[in-house]
Amino acid sequence: MRQVTQTIHTHSLGNGLVLVAEPIPSLESAAFSFLIPAGCCSDPPDRHGLTAFTCEMALRGAGPRDNRAFVEALENLGVERHESVSVEHTVLAGASLASHLPDALTLYSDLLRAPHLPPVELEAGRMVVLQELRAIEDEPSQKVMMELRRRQFPDPWGRSSQGERDALEAITIDEIREQYRKLYRPNGTILGVAGRFDWPQLKDHVERVLGDWKTVAFQRPQESKAPQKHAHVAFESNQTQIGIAYESIPYRHPDYFRAWGSVGVLSGGMSSRLFTEVRERRGLCYSVYASLQTQRERAGVFCYAGTSERRAQETLDVTIAELSRLAEGIEAAELDRLKARIKSGLIMQQESSSARSSAVARDWYHLGHVRTLDELGRLVDELSCDSINSFLSEHPPRDFAVVTLGSSPLQVPA
Amino acid sequence: MERLQHELDNGLTILVEQNAEAHSQALGFFVQTGSRDESEVESGVSHFLEHMAFKGTPTRTADDVNREFDEMGAHYNAFTSEELTVYYAAVLPECQQACLSLLADIMRPSLRQDDFDTEKQVILEEIQMYEDQPPFSADDKCKALHFGSHALAGSVLGTADSITRLTSKQMNAYFQRRYNPNNMVLAGSGRVDFENLVRQTEQICGSWPSVPSERTITRPTPSGGYQTIKRPTATQQYLLQMMAAPAGEDDDRIAAKLLAAIVGDDTGSRVYWELVDSGLAESACLAHHEFQGAGVYVSYLCCAPDQASENLKRLEEIYRIVEQSGVQQAELDQAKTKIKSRIVLGSERPRNRLFSVGGNWASRREYRTVQDDLRDVDAISVTEVHAVLKKYPLSGATTLSIGSLDETQGPGRPPAAPAHRASDL
Repeated sequence: MRQVTQTIHTHSLGNGLVLVAEPIPSLESAAFSFLIPAGCCSDPPDRHGLTAFTCEMALRGAGPRDNRAFVEALENLGVERHESVSVEHTVLAGASLASHLPDALTLYSDLLRAPHLPPVELEAGRMVVLQELRAIEDEPSQKVMMELRRRQFPDPWGRSSQGERDALEAITIDEIREQYRKLYRPNGTILGVAGRFDWPQLKDHVERVLGDWKTVAFQRPQESKAPQKHAHVAFESNQTQIGIAYESIPYRHPDYFRAWGSVGVLSGGMSSRLFTEVRERRGLCYSVYASLQTQRERAGVFCYAGTSERRAQETLDVTIAELSRLAEGIEAAELDRLKARIKSGLIMQQESSSARSSAVARDWYHLGHVRTLDELGRLVDELSCDSINSFLSEHPPRDFAVVTLGSSPLQVPA
Repeated sequence: MERLQHELDNGLTILVEQNAEAHSQALGFFVQTGSRDESEVESGVSHFLEHMAFKGTPTRTADDVNREFDEMGAHYNAFTSEELTVYYAAVLPECQQACLSLLADIMRPSLRQDDFDTEKQVILEEIQMYEDQPPFSADDKCKALHFGSHALAGSVLGTADSITRLTSKQMNAYFQRRYNPNNMVLAGSGRVDFENLVRQTEQICGSWPSVPSERTITRPTPSGGYQTIKRPTATQQYLLQMMAAPAGEDDDRIAAKLLAAIVGDDTGSRVYWELVDSGLAESACLAHHEFQGAGVYVSYLCCAPDQASENLKRLEEIYRIVEQSGVQQAELDQAKTKIKSRIVLGSERPRNRLFSVGGNWASRREYRTVQDDLRDVDAISVTEVHAVLKKYPLSGATTLSIGSLDETQGPGRPPAAPAHRASDL
């Protein structure tokens, strides 16, 4: 693999927050990504959606600025921002011209440490989270995958962050403030930064604005079993949505790249098996894919296909047959293509500060260190058909969770 | 960054923005053809043809095409719009030769009958998919209403009916008419070996016959109409509005983009504070889109059906106030900062720059650097924003509403459209 000079800086604050930063001096921009250990796995049983609602409220004024002044301050820095809540994290990410990075981080430190969570904004915030929940009702492909995750992972790990309507309607400002106090904390928070910056200055700045943030003790959520693995959701639409999932291994597992490689053979480029067999040869659908989704302790492969009702059964049968056939092994040519794609993808990632800032933060969360391109290149080079095939014979795709959404249910092949 | 350019005898232009610092390169054929170049019976053929390009050539099967792209680790795809069909790939510099060889080859596809029949099913599925997804093809429907009999009214995907009837013979005739070297540009960005690129392009594309491809460009007369489409199962109500705006070749298009950002960007704009921050709408925004000879402001609103009527009034009130009182310097400054930041962030990857390099050449025969874009945004004054607003007001839109509401339940028909200004241009 071609050499790209790469340095990774890390700095642990006394309160447990970890700053992980990768300078990319050829870029004009800098990007950051806060992984805050505030995921919807911590939603109380009767308050699904509380963590997402808390994130929505945290943006409505912080430190010396009210809601409007806060957003305008970010706009005046030209920060392209993005917030999301996953099962394990609240993610606050942004990118801007490099010179604005320190000011942007100051604003975000206010958000993390001194959000107003203003009662006067509660109803507007509630309407926003309810609107988001309603919008999903019109998105059949999203709905089917949400239901699939719920059936693949034990609760709370299969939850979606948007929550439930009754809970969102009942949440009070006190509950939001309590959730904030419990979950927003430096211990467990990772700040990934990438792009053009001066490391000593960045480190000092982060110490200054986040160094005296107080730690909070944390409790792990209780687990309970996932519901039954097969389900049909009645939905009036032209197409039937099909979701299929099976268990895999997480990013931190030593065999992860074998699992990842096998999914790459299924669904990566347009010569991958699912695209070739389901779409190109049979013309059964426009969209078909599989992806390996990893949490820290568990992972699953999630496949999707959307097709018209009369061809849905064939699509399900062909897709499951392809997943099962994977256990018979992959071929050398498939692996070569996979390696080429992974390597060019890794190198091209260096051209985006946003992509790298989230990658370094994610690596730190899963591994406690950042894999350099050299290390990743080596891991990819080490992959062989034999190693992937022996993994596949030990972990054949099976015990599928299958969720369909459309006018009539399908027969899940044995 | 360096601009490098060469024209083949048959009219094919090669235009490259060279960046020796880049890790990768992107190459793309930008064919000046799209739904606006289709006759009624050909509706959807440009997009269908784009799919067929990947189905093989005289020397490659469909499997070969996909396999070879994957072998070089390419990030590749294609898309079709109203006036452009683009095939592109981002690769590591050492794959340039293989990449060009493949991209250029698929510009001369075989269009085999059995592939055509199989791919037709995929296109029909794609049409069904968009019919199931918000905003349920409202954009196509609003465009049809807004542009009326103008060529821009046609759908890029076509309809289930037009695709079902389309024959491979019609596609072939369309291909002969449109895929000519003087009607396309080969664009490149990133770390490109220009000398070899030119030599190889001469070899592969030099023999393509030069046949003129024409496009009639007339200014549309927007309808200002209003239509409700009932979709009883939809949870949210979706509203799309289009208003006349500067065209791709008009100098005031940058002022129009800044105006749209001030009024209706998806964060920090007037519409954002009134409708989105308040939770009255799931989303609401205003943007400027440009074509050759035409432009539109597009406003989009998605909210609960029982709030749609009130929200539309709020939106129109925002437009009325900005027409009456104009914009503030501070708003313009904020919009400029935001847009300039997006330009820089959006230009870091060669595969992103490619679309600027190829797109600007295809629509305006112009090469623009990132600095050109930044400078032009900086130069806009409040006076220019007011001028574009006067020439292209936001009121008097063509409106399309889709969702569970029917005509009688509102949202009410907006005030009668003022006499249209398209003829003044």
